Amino acid sequence: MSNWLYLHLRAIAQASGRLARQPLGTLLSALVMGIALSLPAGGYLLLDNVASMARGVSGTPEISVFMDAAAAAEDAAAIEKRLRADPQLASFRFVPRDEALKQLAAGGLGDVLGGLESNPLPDAFVVTLRTGDPEVFDTLAAQMRAWPKVAHVQLDSGWVKRLHALLALGRSAVVMLAALLGFALVIVTFNTIRLQIMTQRNEIEVSRLLGATDPFIRRPFYWFGSLQGMLGGLVALGAVWLGVMGLSAPVAALAETYGAVFALSGPQWPESVAIVLFAAFLGWLGAEISVRRHLAGT
Amino acid sequence: MIVFEDVAKRYAGGYTALAGVSFEIRHGELVVLSGHSGAGKSTLLKLIPAIERPSAGAVRINGEDVSRLPRRAIPYLRRNLGLVLQESRLLFDRSVFDNVMLPLAITGHPPGDAARRVAAALERVGLEGRGKEMPAGLSGGEQQRVAIARAIVNRPSVLLADEPTAHLDPASAAGIANLFKSFNGAGVTVLVSTHDASLFATSAPRRLTLVKGLLSEDA
Ligand SMILES: Nc1ncnc2c1ncn2[C@@H]1O[C@H](COP(=O)(O)OP(=O)(O)OP(=O)(O)O)[C@@H](O)[C@H]1O
Ligand SMILES: [Mg+2]
Repeated sequence: MSNWLYLHLRAIAQASGRLARQPLGTLLSALVMGIALSLPAGGYLLLDNVASMARGVSGTPEISVFMDAAAAAEDAAAIEKRLRADPQLASFRFVPRDEALKQLAAGGLGDVLGGLESNPLPDAFVVTLRTGDPEVFDTLAAQMRAWPKVAHVQLDSGWVKRLHALLALGRSAVVMLAALLGFALVIVTFNTIRLQIMTQRNEIEVSRLLGATDPFIRRPFYWFGSLQGMLGGLVALGAVWLGVMGLSAPVAALAETYGAVFALSGPQWPESVAIVLFAAFLGWLGAEISVRRHLAGT
Repeated sequence: MIVFEDVAKRYAGGYTALAGVSFEIRHGELVVLSGHSGAGKSTLLKLIPAIERPSAGAVRINGEDVSRLPRRAIPYLRRNLGLVLQESRLLFDRSVFDNVMLPLAITGHPPGDAARRVAAALERVGLEGRGKEMPAGLSGGEQQRVAIARAIVNRPSVLLADEPTAHLDPASAAGIANLFKSFNGAGVTVLVSTHDASLFATSAPRRLTLVKGLLSEDA
């Protein structure tokens, strides 16, 4: 066990030594990897911000359920019972026809309404959902339309649908970008390790003559790839943070013109750790392919 | 403990370096392998740690045929053999200490104990306190001593050395030869090749001679 630990500690020391002995090369590789990774990472963050901004601006999307004008109080109570039983609803609010009229009147339509003999407005429920998923939205609205004494179901899902479609498109683009640039990162590591193996032929051969196993020979290269990937991940994080800091003032100013308060948020801890680990994994993968290709049978 | 049974070695080009070689080395023996240049000394020695594989015959160490060992078992075979190759094969970008440390690093030896062993090995070959120096700054004889310290740091029961005194002046060569004699005196089985037949003459060891890949044993 401790033997295993010493072997890994030695491999880590060796890999860090190689990184430290070529500071410029290490820096350049980390920058290339970091800048490449900052694109999908930044894109992901942007989508995240847009999604949360959309939630903030619209509130949770709502469904309005209008009762038939002839509906009685029992009918409204029956609908209320159904709403209460549905676990997908976050909340609902009953708007009696009288209150609706008062709201309209207070809104400046008093003169117009004053001329009416009776209240033309129906009783209504305003329902908010737990989810913004447009599909849930649609099926629920269809169910509600079939309920007795429900005259009309209105949902503000048009733009929700559009936004979701846009976000989905954005996410696919980010995934593709991440795959493409991740592949580039694997290639960069592959080549770095290939050059290292070439310059260390002698050391590798001597180690084998002295009884080194394949894992012993390969371990420092795996660590090198992973550490270099990690450095790239850190650079990507730094680049994203710089972007957030640079954009937050103009974004806030833009939001203000819409009367909204909105602060751009940078990557949180779990996302930051995920980016660095992902970069480390890509580095490891590049090392793995290189080692398999160049160390077999030596 | 080391047995060659009718061993032949033909290299890829078709050249026959060894033909029908048979002998046995017993535990604790000192054996000198001599022969002209190109006689097959290095080839014979490389068959024992499975650096080369025989074309025919068997090479047994403690009964096990090393020529049939699977690739993954070879490192463990080599860890039990002290190896001094014809080219000393030091790592010139590492200190003397780190060079001698390498076999212990390979086995994942705890650093503290490893450092003590390296110091002891350096002292054994007469290089005490020289660990911090770089190999390039040492004389040929001293470099050879570093290679020997590296070979004994694992305390192997068998020591194989291929012309360890080549390119050395007579005094240095005699010093190295005495080193092998003292290892043998401590119970280590030693097989050492040399083209200088006079080198171990004073201790009258067992002598094997190769002539064009054929082995003969002096009486
Ligand atoms: N890898 C190889 N491929 C082909 N031929 C080889 C190889 N290694 C050695 N030989 C040939 O095998 C013969 C024996 O070589 P070997 O190195 O065993 O001789 P040696 O006795 O050690 O010689 P020296 O005293 O010069 O070191 C030589 O003719 C050599 O050219
Ligand atoms: Mg030779």
